[in-house]
Parts: sequence; structure tokens; C-alpha cells
Amino acid sequence: MYTYSEFDRDFLATRNAQFRAQVERRIAGNLTEEEFRPLRLMNGLYLQLHAYMLRVAIPYGTLNSAQMRQLAMIAEKWDKGYGHFTTRQNIQFNWPRLRDVPDILDALAEVGMHAIQTSGNCVRNVTADHFAGASADEIADPRPVAELLRQWSTDHPEFQFLPRKFKIAITGSPNDRAVTRAHDIGLRMVLQDGARGFEVIVGGGLGRTPVIGKVLAEFIPEADLLPYIEAILSTYNSYGRRDNKYKARIKIMVNELGLEEVRARVAHRFEALRAEWGGADQAILNDLRRAFAPPAFRVASTEAYEIAYKNDPVFRSFADTNLAQHWQDGYAIVTISLKAHGATPGDATSDQMRLMADLAERYGHDELRISHEQNVILPHVHKSDLPALHAALQQAGLATANIGLISDIIACPGMDYCALATARSIPVAQEIATAFEAREQDIGGLKIKISGCINACGHHHVGHIGILGLDRAGVENYQITLGGDATETAALGERAGPGFAYDQIVPAIERVIDAYLDLRQDPQEEFIKTFQRLGAQPFKDALYLTGDRANAA
Amino acid sequence: MSIRFTPSVVTANDLFEGDVVYLTPQGGWSRLHAEAELFTEQAAAETALAAALAQPDRLVGAYLAPARRGPNGPEPAHFREEFRARGPSNYPHGKQAERMC
Repeated sequence: MYTYSEFDRDFLATRNAQFRAQVERRIAGNLTEEEFRPLRLMNGLYLQLHAYMLRVAIPYGTLNSAQMRQLAMIAEKWDKGYGHFTTRQNIQFNWPRLRDVPDILDALAEVGMHAIQTSGNCVRNVTADHFAGASADEIADPRPVAELLRQWSTDHPEFQFLPRKFKIAITGSPNDRAVTRAHDIGLRMVLQDGARGFEVIVGGGLGRTPVIGKVLAEFIPEADLLPYIEAILSTYNSYGRRDNKYKARIKIMVNELGLEEVRARVAHRFEALRAEWGGADQAILNDLRRAFAPPAFRVASTEAYEIAYKNDPVFRSFADTNLAQHWQDGYAIVTISLKAHGATPGDATSDQMRLMADLAERYGHDELRISHEQNVILPHVHKSDLPALHAALQQAGLATANIGLISDIIACPGMDYCALATARSIPVAQEIATAFEAREQDIGGLKIKISGCINACGHHHVGHIGILGLDRAGVENYQITLGGDATETAALGERAGPGFAYDQIVPAIERVIDAYLDLRQDPQEEFIKTFQRLGAQPFKDALYLTGDRANAA
Repeated sequence: MSIRFTPSVVTANDLFEGDVVYLTPQGGWSRLHAEAELFTEQAAAETALAAALAQPDRLVGAYLAPARRGPNGPEPAHFREEFRARGPSNYPHGKQAERMC
């Protein structure tokens, strides 16, 4: 993986020293909050409901063991012994004190990490397929391009004051695990006549105006990608709206100008820009490819795996649910669930972080990933090591076999932490996970995603079942959407109808699930397939006890 | 016809800890909602808020939060303020932890 150059280290040291001085000036009363706020946000420091919150970027979700151990140390020394992994592959610390934040940033810099551009109207952390470089279905590892984008966008002088925040996601696989169609720019690697390039999707996003991204260019050769993206950003910077915060994302610009007009303006800008690039980025990209070269894979017997799989039903369940196919024979991708039933989705204690770091070092070629689904991935584990790995995870409460199941819920922090939230998310996720634990294997693949406000950090629009928490006349109220899809066949869920009170949301979800179990053709037909076959009506009838369900009630 | 004023407390976040604080009848700042001064008159509440906003060296984001009289002092009148007064529901952190000590 990429390690910081001298340039990166110097840049970060300078930024951290600047912020330390800014904090000192704020504490001394020489900066007002109005002056300080944009400075702290540029460094990822928010003020939430109960405390400050520091959001640290994990570029394209990739960490090594030393970085994970440092996150564990930070959580223990300056926070409350845990961290929260987010839907944008970041980690958030919920309880830092203002005076400690400069020390935390210095500790992050020691392992090549920072909190820059995790807030503000700039290009945010570039996210990627969490199976990048490992998945059997991949064309190529997209992370060299993701790192190129990170370097290009970090402190980019032209793009520090965009009309609004800007999120880029990238995948090298036709199976989209990075929700590329719900980003300002989504990049999907494609091949054309054997040459690598990208399908460029623009104007996707969730939030108060959910939009599935549109294809701006079907194929941009890899060598032209960065100038083309710069042309998009430049066009957005010029024509995106600045008169209304809620109409300032690029998706609104695309909707108002029309895709054809945006395409023409970007093409015009691209013509002017391409000549200026001169290929320097491609030289850097070639170096980056070496940094992301696959590890030295082992050739060994997988007998230990096969024996455990045959004889140990708990291990077999874990293997069936939490492993994905690696491109290298004899290897597997392991997803470690941070969704133990009743636990807070995405939270890991310092001890758990250290254990995952140790396991990555011992069994996983020193690599970890954070998924947008708030789990941790060991992308390269030889199958012979899986029984020992599983046993170690069990000891730490990290062996929950529920990836892709109903309890593998995305949930934003909601009103338990977030100053913007209109209702809680976490306890709803905890209660749903607990309520369905006994029958989740029978229910099968199902994505529930929960947001505590319309900003949709919990991706509720693209959940098979989405839950949106609102404040209705001073009471928490939860709207349900059905039929959303976060993959390459992305779709926005359909709002089912009136919302449910806090104590009615779990029974409502139970009615939907019971209806699905009645309606599915066979256990292999997953919830979303049944929904696509029958439409929303039978599920609405179950929710609101209408239609045939009215008599059954 | 004027809109009826909702009884309120003055609340903010502490600059250093980020913790929620409340203006007390003595003019100090408490971390406990029950120790807050409950304002039932709009003019007095706004005067107190203005004074709080003039203390940027120790407070951030002062505002009036709806509250009501309770047996042990003012109580939050909105669920958001209940969470601010207590702490998150997934861990015993924040003010609820301090009260358990």
C-alpha cells in the first residue's frame, strides 16, 4: 500500500502545526467561534450533541496494522476506548477534548493519517470497493487511481471552496460494492478493446434530494481520467449554485442544466485542460501501481480449512456468510462483522482494533479495509489460516456470521451523537438485529439501512428496507422505504406511507419480513427479488394492515 | 396576536470539553439540566441568551431550549434536549455516567 513521501509528511506537519496554533488562539480568546469554526472543520473537528467529534479519513478504506493500532491507542488515550467506522470509510472519535485534538492529529501523522477534508465544501475522502485488489470479479485494483485522486484533490487550491461538498467513489469491479451511483462522481472501471478506462457517473447522491447518478461518459481512457475529472469539478465550480445550500450539490446542477448540456460544458473544459496535463499524473500513477502491487501470496494446502468446514458448524456458518471469493487460488476475503447482535453498528473497541491489527499482520499480509457498510475486511487470508483466525475472532466478539443478513445494518450515529439528527438510529438498529437474530439465516440476504435525518448518512434510500428517523411534532417518527438497491442496479426505495412511532418501528419491520416469508417463491428468492417480482403493494398491505392483510389482522 | 413564549433554559456547549452546559439562576454554568434557570418570560430569556452569547471564550452555540418545571428542577421539553441532558442511548457515557459515579 501507499506510504507517505517526504512531501506528504512535511505538508501534514505544517498543517498540524497551523491547527495547533489556531486551537491555542481560540482557547486564548484571540479567535471567535465564527473565525475558528471553518478552521476546525477543515481539520475534521465537529461539535456534536455532547462533545467534539473528530472525523479521520481512511483513504479508500485501506489501513495497515500499525495504523489500526494507532487508532486504538487514540481511542484509549484521548477518547472512551472505541471508535466508530462510518459509511464513508472514515473513523469518528466521539469524545475528544479541544485541547487534545492537536496531539491526536500529530499521532495520526505518525502513521500517515489525517483528518483533512473530512468536512467542508471540498473533495472528501475518496472511497473505493472494500474488496479492491482482492476480489475475483475485479478488472484491476482501483486504488492506485483512488490514491492519485487523493493526492490531486488534497489541498487543491481551485477546489477548496466548491459550492458544496463533493464525494467520489471508485470501483474496479462490475459488481458495485462502492455505491458509485450515489456519489457526486462515481467511477466504474471498464475495458474497451482491451484498454482500461472508466465509466464516469455524475450527479448521484442521497440526502434531501436523492438522485441516482447518470452516465456522463461511457468510457474515459485511464490516461485522460484526471483531466476529465478536473473538467467536471471546474464546470461544477463555475456553474453549481451558491445561492441555496440545499440546491448546491452537483446533482442539482445536472438536473437543472440537463445531462447533455453538462456533458458539452465538461467536454469544452476538458479540451482546454487536457493539453496542460502533459502526462505527469501518469508517471505518478505508474509509481502508485507498484505501491499497490499484490502481496507475496503463499502456495499451501487448504486442507485445514476443508476439515474445519466439514466438522465445525459454527465455522461453516461463518465461512458461508463472511467469506468472499479471492482472485488468488487458496485465498479468501474475510469480512469481520462490527454488527454483533445488539451492538452499535460500526463501533470497535480499542482491544478489538488491536486484535484485528494483530490478525491482519499475522494472517492477512498486513492489510485491513473499512467498508461503507461499517465492517472491517481482511482482504488477503490464506484459507489454511481461517480456522485459527475464526477462533481468535470468537474470543473478541468479532465472529458474528451475519454479513449481508438482516442484522448487518448500516446506521448513522443519529440523535445519540449527531447535532443534525432528527431522531435516533442506533437503538433502532440494535433492536432490529436482536429481534431477528434467531431467524436471520432463514430470512437470507437483506439490507436494512437507517438514517437519523434526511441527510441520509445511513443510505436509507438504497436499502432494501430503508428507515428514516424524523421529528414529527416533537416525537421520533420513522418512515419506511422499500425496494432500494445500492449496487450496479441502483434504485431508490419507494416510501411506503405514513411513519411509525419509535416503539412501533420494530413491529412494523416484523410485518414486512413476515409478509416476505409468506410471499417468496422459495428460500432462495431474496427479499429484493420478491419485492421486484410483486411490487410494493403486498408489503404496504402488511405494514398498514390493508388489503388482504386487513382481514387477517 | 403574539405567539406564546415557550418556557426555556439557556444552554450551550462548553468550549473546552464540548459538554452541554446550562445557565443557572446565579449566573454561572452547570452541567445539570435540573440546575438551570427556567425562563418563562421572553424578554428575560432573550437578555440572558444575549449575555451567554457574549461569553465566546468559554461557550459555543448558546440557544434557548424548551423546558418545563419538574419536581427536581427544570426538565427538557423536547427529546433532543433529553438526549443532550443525559447522553447517548447506546453506552452509559456523557452526563449519565457522571451521575452514576
